[in-house]
Amino acid sequence: MPVIFTRDGVRRGVLRGIPLLLGIAPFGIVVGVIALRHGLTLAETLLMSALVFAGASQLLALELWTDPPDILAVALAAFVVNIRMVPIGAALSFWLDHLKGWRLWGSLFVTVDHSFALSVAEQRAGGRDAGFLFGLGVFTWVGWVASTAVGHVLGAAVAFSDENPIFFAAPASFVAILAALWRSPRQDVPPWLLAAATALGTQALRLPAPVPLLAGAFAGAALGAWREWRAQSVAVRR
Amino acid sequence: MTMRWDVTLAIIAMGLVTYICRAGGYAVLRAVRTPPFVDALLRNLPAPLFAAYVALSLSRQDLAATLASIPCAAAHLRWGNFGLSIVVGVAAVALLRWAGV
Repeated sequence: MPVIFTRDGVRRGVLRGIPLLLGIAPFGIVVGVIALRHGLTLAETLLMSALVFAGASQLLALELWTDPPDILAVALAAFVVNIRMVPIGAALSFWLDHLKGWRLWGSLFVTVDHSFALSVAEQRAGGRDAGFLFGLGVFTWVGWVASTAVGHVLGAAVAFSDENPIFFAAPASFVAILAALWRSPRQDVPPWLLAAATALGTQALRLPAPVPLLAGAFAGAALGAWREWRAQSVAVRR
Repeated sequence: MTMRWDVTLAIIAMGLVTYICRAGGYAVLRAVRTPPFVDALLRNLPAPLFAAYVALSLSRQDLAATLASIPCAAAHLRWGNFGLSIVVGVAAVALLRWAGV
């Protein structure tokens, strides 16, 4: 069955994206409020959401935000958080390999975890219309940009103090992401603990941001990768 | 609707790097096979990254923030809804600070 790209596929992608707004909007509002707290104007916040379109990396970059901004630090933060997207495009090759021009590069621009997962499910169910991925991606992009704008406007209207519990929303988002990534104590506790300990140890050495974050992330990831590799070697020997 | 040139530059850099991850990953992985350890490292990067971030963030906050992480994580494990988990975390911090923690 050949892969197609139709208006009907785009429309079905948009419709599938509607329930996702319930999950995207609160996160977007938090990013908008925190962007305002770090001194970004509404136009800058909209530009960031439109160009980056990746909640976790925007939030992390905002947490590292300085005045004037350290361009290398925020770009590095975006890279490290979004490196997980590198295999996503390759995993969507069942549709992307049949696209060209704006359909291919535009679909990649708006692809996020949600649209990736739902597109894989759609293709497994026999879907062959790549417009689905594009429609779903564009709809979630519009929802994301709009919800960060709402957060920014809301933050300006309410004028939260620095001690307001609302600012716990950023770490709370990452705690929730961690909970979503949780597999089992045996698989996750050692790399997570090493990541946390390395980050705190590096911070105690007064190394500049984002060095403690990167040191922790790569130490934990290396341990996780090594444990995975060792488990596979043992399984092969058996 | 003002925009500072240095902030705009930082945002463009973030956008560029993110698009390289999205589109560059597709273009490169289609043509080149990466070593298995690099694959495993990429697969294992997200969770330790967020673990490091949470540890650093909580080390700079009060006890209420650390304690509030527990109901926040529990809410996500129970319902799997990001918005709700954030609301539970923020409410727990407010409650704990109000209680004098």
